[in-house]
Amino acid sequence: MSALLEVQDLRVWFENRERQTRAVDAVSFSIERGETFALLGESGCGKSVTALSLLRLLPPAARIVSGSVKFKGEDLLALPEIAMRGLRGSSIAMIFQEPMTSLNPVLSVGTQIGEPVAQHRHLSGKQLKRRVLDLLDAVGIPDPMRVMDAYPHQLSGGMKQRVMIAIALACEPALLIADEPTTALDVTIQAQVLELLRELQRKNGMALLFITHDLGVVAEMAHRVGVMYAGEIVEMAARETFFQTPRHPYSQKLFDSVPRLDKRGQALAMIPGSVPRLDSAFTGCRFASRCEFAWQRCRVETPRWTVLENGGARCHLVEQGSSVEPQAPVLTLETRHQAPENGAATLLEVSELTVHFPIRKGFLQRVVGAVKAVDGVSLNIPAGRTVALVGESGCGKTTVGKGLLQLLPLTSGSVRFAGQELTTLPKSQLRPLRGALQIVFQDPFASLDPRMVVADILEEGMRALDVGKSPLERARRIDQLLDEVGLAPESKYRYPHEFSGGQRQRIAIARALAVNPKLIVCDEPTSALDVSVQAQILNLLRGLQATHQLSYLFITHNISVVEYLAHEVAVMYLGRIVEYGPVEAVLSAPKHPYTQALLSAVPLIEKETGREVIRLQGELPSPAQPPNGCHFHPRCPHAMPVCAQRYPGESAFGAGHVARCFLYG
Amino acid sequence: MKLVFLQTDILIYCLLLVIGLYIWRARGKAHLAAPWRKVARRPAAMASAMVLLAFVIVGLLDSVHFREPLSNQKPGVTEYSLEIVSLLDKLLTPLRKHNEKTYSAPLATRLFAMETIEQPDGRIARAYPRLQYGGAELGATPKGYARDIGRLTLKGTLLALLLWLALTTALSTWLTQHRNLGWRALWRGEAELPWRAILFTLGVLLWLVCVTWAIAPHYHLLGTDKVGQDVLYQALKSIRTGLVIGTLTTLVMLPFALWLGVMAGYFKGWVDDVIQYIYTTLNSIPGVLLIAAAVLMMQVYMDIHKDAYNSITERADVRLLLLCLILGVTSWTGLCRLLRGETLKLTEMEYVQAAQAFGVSHWKIMSRHILPNVMHIVLITVTLDFSALVLAEAVLAYVGVGVDPTMNSWGNMINSARLELAREPLVWWPLAAAFVFMFALVLAANLFADAVRDAFDPRAE
Repeated sequence: MSALLEVQDLRVWFENRERQTRAVDAVSFSIERGETFALLGESGCGKSVTALSLLRLLPPAARIVSGSVKFKGEDLLALPEIAMRGLRGSSIAMIFQEPMTSLNPVLSVGTQIGEPVAQHRHLSGKQLKRRVLDLLDAVGIPDPMRVMDAYPHQLSGGMKQRVMIAIALACEPALLIADEPTTALDVTIQAQVLELLRELQRKNGMALLFITHDLGVVAEMAHRVGVMYAGEIVEMAARETFFQTPRHPYSQKLFDSVPRLDKRGQALAMIPGSVPRLDSAFTGCRFASRCEFAWQRCRVETPRWTVLENGGARCHLVEQGSSVEPQAPVLTLETRHQAPENGAATLLEVSELTVHFPIRKGFLQRVVGAVKAVDGVSLNIPAGRTVALVGESGCGKTTVGKGLLQLLPLTSGSVRFAGQELTTLPKSQLRPLRGALQIVFQDPFASLDPRMVVADILEEGMRALDVGKSPLERARRIDQLLDEVGLAPESKYRYPHEFSGGQRQRIAIARALAVNPKLIVCDEPTSALDVSVQAQILNLLRGLQATHQLSYLFITHNISVVEYLAHEVAVMYLGRIVEYGPVEAVLSAPKHPYTQALLSAVPLIEKETGREVIRLQGELPSPAQPPNGCHFHPRCPHAMPVCAQRYPGESAFGAGHVARCFLYG
Repeated sequence: MKLVFLQTDILIYCLLLVIGLYIWRARGKAHLAAPWRKVARRPAAMASAMVLLAFVIVGLLDSVHFREPLSNQKPGVTEYSLEIVSLLDKLLTPLRKHNEKTYSAPLATRLFAMETIEQPDGRIARAYPRLQYGGAELGATPKGYARDIGRLTLKGTLLALLLWLALTTALSTWLTQHRNLGWRALWRGEAELPWRAILFTLGVLLWLVCVTWAIAPHYHLLGTDKVGQDVLYQALKSIRTGLVIGTLTTLVMLPFALWLGVMAGYFKGWVDDVIQYIYTTLNSIPGVLLIAAAVLMMQVYMDIHKDAYNSITERADVRLLLLCLILGVTSWTGLCRLLRGETLKLTEMEYVQAAQAFGVSHWKIMSRHILPNVMHIVLITVTLDFSALVLAEAVLAYVGVGVDPTMNSWGNMINSARLELAREPLVWWPLAAAFVFMFALVLAANLFADAVRDAFDPRAE
């Protein structure tokens, strides 16, 4: 009974009139004092519900069917609500994924941090204020006096997440539950927040239940790892063991499906199918239908929990003691159509593209300034290749994508597609070119009209651009497209909401393909998807590039995707490209300090020795008032006086690798 | 018989057509049918739907107008009466024709007020005169009044019971055969639809109808008004007026609200500014004032062009239609504002941008992407507005700017109750009748609208 938190056989079901969803099914784990336990799993596997049921904060439809949650030896599920309220916030605290919606917008930050302190510690007046200041200081917020009176909208995302952490820490809880605390943040900010959490844990000795879907974050944070799949914990192990020899086939597949540089040119391993629905009764292993090692026994007999050193796994293979050899992924890609090497014909040429959004003020709506979302971007996209545009949120990368498709009014600059200038074309002449330039959006749930069936969605573009002459011909093409993106032909009469996120993204890709594009702007197409589904989509995009000679402008913040997919990479900071070059050169030898910091902040699965993480100070400045000179100089560790005066020119490093920094000339 | 199509009739048929088309479309489309299925599963919604249906049936019967051939025909030429009657009038002929002299209380056999009457023996006495039709079978000195009423009630009740049993048996046989549901499952409420609530409401409605059917030809069930007209007949005739105002007004309002709202949200910029200025201006004028001014203008116009109308019915109908128009023109702003907001949100959705990337025209984007996605708001608003408009009619009539005074409407009934309530002993039944009918309709509409809102509101999920 030494563990701080002990969860035994927890079952949480969601019930309504039609069905019963077993969101959490017999989950057991324990957390020691001062330990970080990471709960890893894809969306819908029940990890958040597990966390919420520990605090008994479940929605009304959910019911804890059985199990016990012992915190310091006391069963939380048996406590009366009033005692539970005393525990929440003071002994067990929680931080949520979305810092934007977790803070009350009409209360000042100080009031919100003071709330739990006043509630549980009964402090007031000066003492309360001092405590709030201490807390803000502890989470590394500069100028706490000012921030205390600020309102949430005045703070950036990273700052808000720090405030959330300060609220959670207000009463020095023994256990902190962090539900995807960095998923909504940029890599550099994520690095800051993770560092902060680790430091606070060291100082206070609190235990941390860390819920995430990101293997890299797990590698950085966890002491022990539990992998959840379809409401069950399928594997539990210490971090080192887990990362060296994952025992459960699902865990192995998760590792294999992470895109990496060394997997370039191969198909990513992917888990076929999708997570089973939790409202069905399971016989046998829940992963059996997607597992390549499954045999008859897996389908009829539910595997028992096999206890191993420091954990265990739920698999017949592990039970038998035969460990599975991680296999090399089967190559399914055609390698005949390799992308042309450097020097391919330029398909799209963007030069000095600027997009300024006017800021209007006053009664007469006079323009008083401009948000310089894109401020002079030049970019060449060769035919049949992938250019990745990398940067943090708010740096203007999406605006570049939409700008070059002429979906936004451009302020200045030129976009030449196959030698034809697009910016000056009248609408009627632009329309026939629309088919060649297509876009795939980030959010597969917002990018498909919920009121149209798949066939209508796919046909819309064809009809607008006169692809396929007769309805019959278009119908044939729809079947062909669905086949190409790996969907069943029956799905054309179904509505988007009947599909999973990955399938919806396939539909969105098919919609773009329908009009025979030459270039597809992929605006973070996989960032809303789980790792295993991301692998499916990336494989699909690669395959399509090979068969259709497509060019991609791949907008992303995910470096591992860039490593895997891109040929060239452009790093953007505050509306400008700071570094550009072939992906190998830029990622292995980054020149610009920002690129260096960005790359070092990415959580890695393999612990490299001697990797120095460059912690950037502060956050992205507002594009309405970019700093003078080099935009990056206020955060740059190598800033020189000249950086504040002029914007640096281009320095070339050979093979098309260029950076804009005074360090090199 | 010669059919006459009043203008509101034509619009009502159009509306029926539109609803029919919608149902036909919704059957095939999962996203349209699913919320309705959700509405259908709620007992309160289905019970109020039954009540609404009863009102609608009465209203529709009252919307088939014709002129009857005159009885004294010359050979060879058929001439038609000038009077326009509806199917409902035809069904209610006894009620329509049985006019007394003046007020009489519900189910009374004598007038409400004393009069000086000459006795058969020549003496003059003050007494309550015998009604001409109310309990006429009972003779000059009504005997066995209670027994007669009891007999008629029993007759109606038995008939209702018989009909209800027949319907229930038919339903459960059908369900057993087609849906594989026994009557036991039906009774325990295990079917998808709340059959118990539906059958119960049906039973109550049948009972009311049958008892009325049994009593009404012999007595004035709800009394008579000042000029001796049957109050029940008036109240039933008023149903059409209420329904027309509740539905046609929305029909008038919808194009304004839809197009202006969607255009403002979609084009933004100066289009948005202009539309916003229009509706904020319109909104800042007191509604009743605006309506009163418009109605008075219309009245003057109609008085000048008197000969444009063949009959009083037609004239009253035109006035009703114009009232709907005026109400519609002044009440689109709320929905317009809602739609503008929703469209602003939708234009930022990525599927709209994807359509723009295909070069789809603005018009097509608005009609294919925006309009279907704001329809739930339209539906919710329309059902909620319906009851408000029915009530608005009463208020307007009370102010004196409602429908034509010759037209039966609850508003006119309430308006005339002003004087009736002031006299002693007071005459309460016309007001009570108008109140009960209006209350039933508005309550049913509100309960139904609630269910519709719950089912269609995306945030409720």
